[in-house]
Order: sequence, then structure tokens, then C-alpha cells
Amino acid sequence: MELLNQITQFVISGLATGAIYALIGLSFAIIFNSTGIINFAQGEFVMLGGVFTIFALNVLKLPILLAIVVAVVATTAVGLAFERLAIRPLKNATPLSLIIITIGASILIRGVVMLLWGKDTQVLPPFSGNTPLEIAGATLLPQHLWIFGVTVLVIVGCRIFFHHTISGKAMRACSFNRKAANLVGISVGRMVLLSFVISSALGSLAGVIIAPLTMTAYDVGVMLGLKGFCAAIMGGMGSGLGTVLGGLILGTLESLGAGLISSGYKDAIAFLILLLILFLRPQGLFKKGETERV
Amino acid sequence: MKSDKLKFLIFCLVVLVLPLPLAKGYLTNVLIFVGINSMLALGLNLLLGYAGQISLGQAAFFGLGAYGSGVLTTKYALDPWLSMVLVALVVAGFAFAIGFPVLRLKGHYLAMATLGVGVIAHIAFNETIDLTGGPSGLSGIPNLSIAGFSFDSDLKNYYLVWSFALVVILLCLNLVNSRYGRGLRAIHDSEVAARVMGVNARLMKVQIFTLSAFISAIAGSLYCHVMTFISPTSFGFNISVELLTMVVIGGLGSVYGSILGALLLTLLPELLRTFQDYDIVVYGLLLVCMTIYLPGGMVRGIPALVRRLVPARSGNA
Repeated sequence: MELLNQITQFVISGLATGAIYALIGLSFAIIFNSTGIINFAQGEFVMLGGVFTIFALNVLKLPILLAIVVAVVATTAVGLAFERLAIRPLKNATPLSLIIITIGASILIRGVVMLLWGKDTQVLPPFSGNTPLEIAGATLLPQHLWIFGVTVLVIVGCRIFFHHTISGKAMRACSFNRKAANLVGISVGRMVLLSFVISSALGSLAGVIIAPLTMTAYDVGVMLGLKGFCAAIMGGMGSGLGTVLGGLILGTLESLGAGLISSGYKDAIAFLILLLILFLRPQGLFKKGETERV
Repeated sequence: MKSDKLKFLIFCLVVLVLPLPLAKGYLTNVLIFVGINSMLALGLNLLLGYAGQISLGQAAFFGLGAYGSGVLTTKYALDPWLSMVLVALVVAGFAFAIGFPVLRLKGHYLAMATLGVGVIAHIAFNETIDLTGGPSGLSGIPNLSIAGFSFDSDLKNYYLVWSFALVVILLCLNLVNSRYGRGLRAIHDSEVAARVMGVNARLMKVQIFTLSAFISAIAGSLYCHVMTFISPTSFGFNISVELLTMVVIGGLGSVYGSILGALLLTLLPELLRTFQDYDIVVYGLLLVCMTIYLPGGMVRGIPALVRRLVPARSGNA
């Protein structure tokens, strides 16, 4: 019974971090699908979400909801500037130089945050108190509910946006075939910019809702970004349910592994899962294999 | 090919006399690390610049080399040279084994898989405390010595490290100009076309991955004996990224480019010391700007930049 309770507890907290990975994974996939770029600075947007919220809350003395809005908008502005200054000038760059550029940008963002706010970890209070709820012998924090709620909202929102609005459909058209999209009058450049906007907003939102659970600092973005990337790869780099499931599975397995085997190897477990998936099902967990185009 | 030999000889000469004016200064110490980083960058360049396969996990092999030698010589009192060879062979065997599944992947997936190997190795260095000392590091590693002659000063270590580095450079120069090297470049341009022409692409990719791991492990062993102290921070994801940056900024597929990249990125943090906390910002900014303005790396970009500037000036006159 004791063990069962523990496992329920691990699954709950695993699902919560998994939901965060899923959100970050979605933000990776959105940029990847419209540009073919893997944005290694994605984790920094997540970090910025948390750091900006704390700044807005503590220094600007805004109420929490407003602080979150300010943080998401500010991060989105950074994402926008990033696309304009670093991605757009490099129209014909190789994927490799794009990897380096996004890595450079991530170092730059991290450095600026470190200069402005220092190296210390910062705490964001939970949005609605810290009184735990009991479910099947395990405790559920109110913040977990926030995470699940926001994630569901975001997924539904993405679904509606990508399938039922003109802009969303145009973005999907770009990811299928940029040239053809251009030919029917879609401004590919605008869609790329839009993908960076949505992606940085999503990433920062993930950073905001996880911050009360894990605290935040200038360097939390690296691991979160990599895990989100894992989730996206597990889902086959799609912007749909596959990535969400990928994130949830990754979070749960990681939490179970950390709880039952060894907490020091928590990150190693996540990457071991990733390697196994890449070796066995490189097209993602839920996609059929594709034949190679020559 | 005659000019290639001449270039290499001139380079050897530069390496030979470079520390003399510096005497015992700390620049000699920095140049040791330039040598070690050159070996690592060259190993990665074989993989990335010639065979076109990215690796974000080079620090794992570097770390395995360093920890292998460190643990064997401190805990088991094995002969340093013997353990260097043993460790390099084991690391190469390990790379060969994981090479087959890893190198079947392409592009971002390959980047992610190699990154995963790197992260797992880094965590293992931190967690196997009994063996590696964990986050507080492993100390008391002996210096290398040959028949009673101990490499215990910066200058001696400089010549030790650079003689290894020069052998690696020579190996790379010969390799890339051989039939094998042309095969690698064929894989880079189009793996399918290379396979149609009879190049055993799958095996060659694994072989070059193994060679690059072997070189990195040797560099790791040298590093641990030069430093006499190692800790996991020297073998993290940042280091893999730094190595990638050296190769790309120096110039992909250029042997001397990698050395130039290693030189620049090793000196840069030293030069940026004056900026103190701003160094990480300047570093990031330089990375972004160099990738934007010198897309072919320094070996190609700087001559092109000069060519562009010089006629413009003479045109104005």
C-alpha cells in the first residue's frame, strides 16, 4: 500500500512536469514546422517566462495574473527580436550554422539575465496557495492543477488555431510546402515571424507555471529546453497530440525512475529513454515510418 | 601536395618556437589548452567537416579519456602510458559499439542522440562518487614521465601536448587527402550517391566516429595528467558546444581552420577576463555575429572579407 501510494505520487508529479515538457515540445515543433530550425534557445524563453514574472511581481508590484501577462508579452518581444535580428538575416544558412546561432543566442540571453538578476535561484509563490489536496493517498498541489489546466487550454487553443483559423491554416501550409504556400499568396516570412511569436509565448507560459514548483534561475532553461526537445522528438516533431503524449510519458517515466531507482540519475533516465526511442522508433512513437526521399 | 608539406613544416616550426619568447608566462599554459582543444576540434572536424555527421557529445569521450586515465593511475596505480592506451582503446570500442545505432540517425536526431550520450556520461561522472570523486573532482593525478624525465612544468607539458597534436594534424592531413577521405566527403555531399558508387557509408561513418572518439580520449588522458585534477564541469554539454563552435567558426572541413578555431575560443575567455561578468554576454554575441558575417568559417571568411574590402578601397581612390 505504501509503495502504491508512492507510485501514485510519482505519477502525479511526473504528469505535471510532463505537461511542462509537452508545452515546451510544442513550442519547439511550431518553429521547426514552419522553418526547419531547431531553436536551441527555446529553453531560454522558458527561463525568461519565470524570471520576468518574478520581476513583475516583486519589483513592479503587479498582481500575479497581470504579472504573468507582462512576462509572456515581454518574452514574446524577445522572441520577435530574436527572429528579426538573428534568424531573418540568415536566409540561406545551413542547418548547422542555425544550430550555432541559436546556441549563441541562448548563451547571450542567459548572460544578460545573469547580469541583470544575478546567479541566485528565485522563488515564485504558487498562484493559489500551498494547501495540498489528498487523492488516493497522494498529495496534489494546487499548482499541479494550474499546470494541467493551462496545458489543456493551450492544447485546445492550438488545435483551434491550427485547424480553424486562416493564419493557423496558412502556417500549416508553410510547413507542408513553403514554395506552394508562397504561390497561393501566403507570406512565408510573416508566418515564420508568427511561429516565433507563438512559440516564445508558449515557452514562457510553461516557464511561468513551473516556476512555483521548481524555482527559477538564469540557467534552468537548458535542461527544460532539452527535455522539451525530447518530448517533441518522441511525438515525431508534430505540433499535435503526439508531442503532448511524448511529454507526459517522458515526465512520468522520469519521475518514476527518479523515485524508485535513483534521483541523481533523473536526467540520465530521461535521456536514456530518448536514446531508446531514437534507436527503435526514430520517426517518433506515434507515426508510421517514412521512406527516405532521394 | 608539396605546398601542403611545406605548410605543415612551417606550422611545426611555429609550434616549436612559439613558447620561447613567452618564457614561463601563463600564456604557455593557455597554449597547452589550445593544443588539447585542437586535438578535440580535429576529431570532431573529421566527423562533422568531412563526413558531415554532427556530434554534440564529444565531451563524453574527452571525459571518459580523462576519468579513465585519472582513475586507473590514482586508484589502481597503473602506469600512465599503459592506461592512456588502454583507455583510448576501450573508449574507441565503446564508440564503435554505439556508433552503429547512433549514426543511422540524421540531422537533428543525430544531434539529439549524441547530446544524450554526452549528458548521460556527464551525469555518470557526477554520480559515481566512489570512483570519480563526484562533483568535487578527482585530484592527485600524476604527471606523465618518460624514463625518469617528468613532464612537470608548463613548458615541458607544452611540448608534450603539441607533439601529440602535431601527430593528429598529420594524421588528419593524410587521411583527408586519401581515397578514404574522398569517400568521406562523398558521404557528406550525398550519402545515397556515395553508396551507389560503392562507398560503404554505414561502416565508414562508424569508423570515423570511432577514430574521433579515440583522439578525444587521448586528449582527455593528456588533459588529466597536465592538470593533475579533473572535475565533471570540464566535460559537460557546454564543452561539446564549445568544440562544435571551434570547428564551425574555424571552418568546416579545414584542418588548420579547426586549430584556428581552437586558438580563438581558448584565448577568448582569457581576453574577455577584463570584461569580468560581461564575458558570457560578449561570448554569445561574438558567436552570433561570426556565424552571420563569416558563414564559411575564418579560414574562408577572412580572405573573402579582405578581398571585398580591398577592391572597394582602391575603387574609391
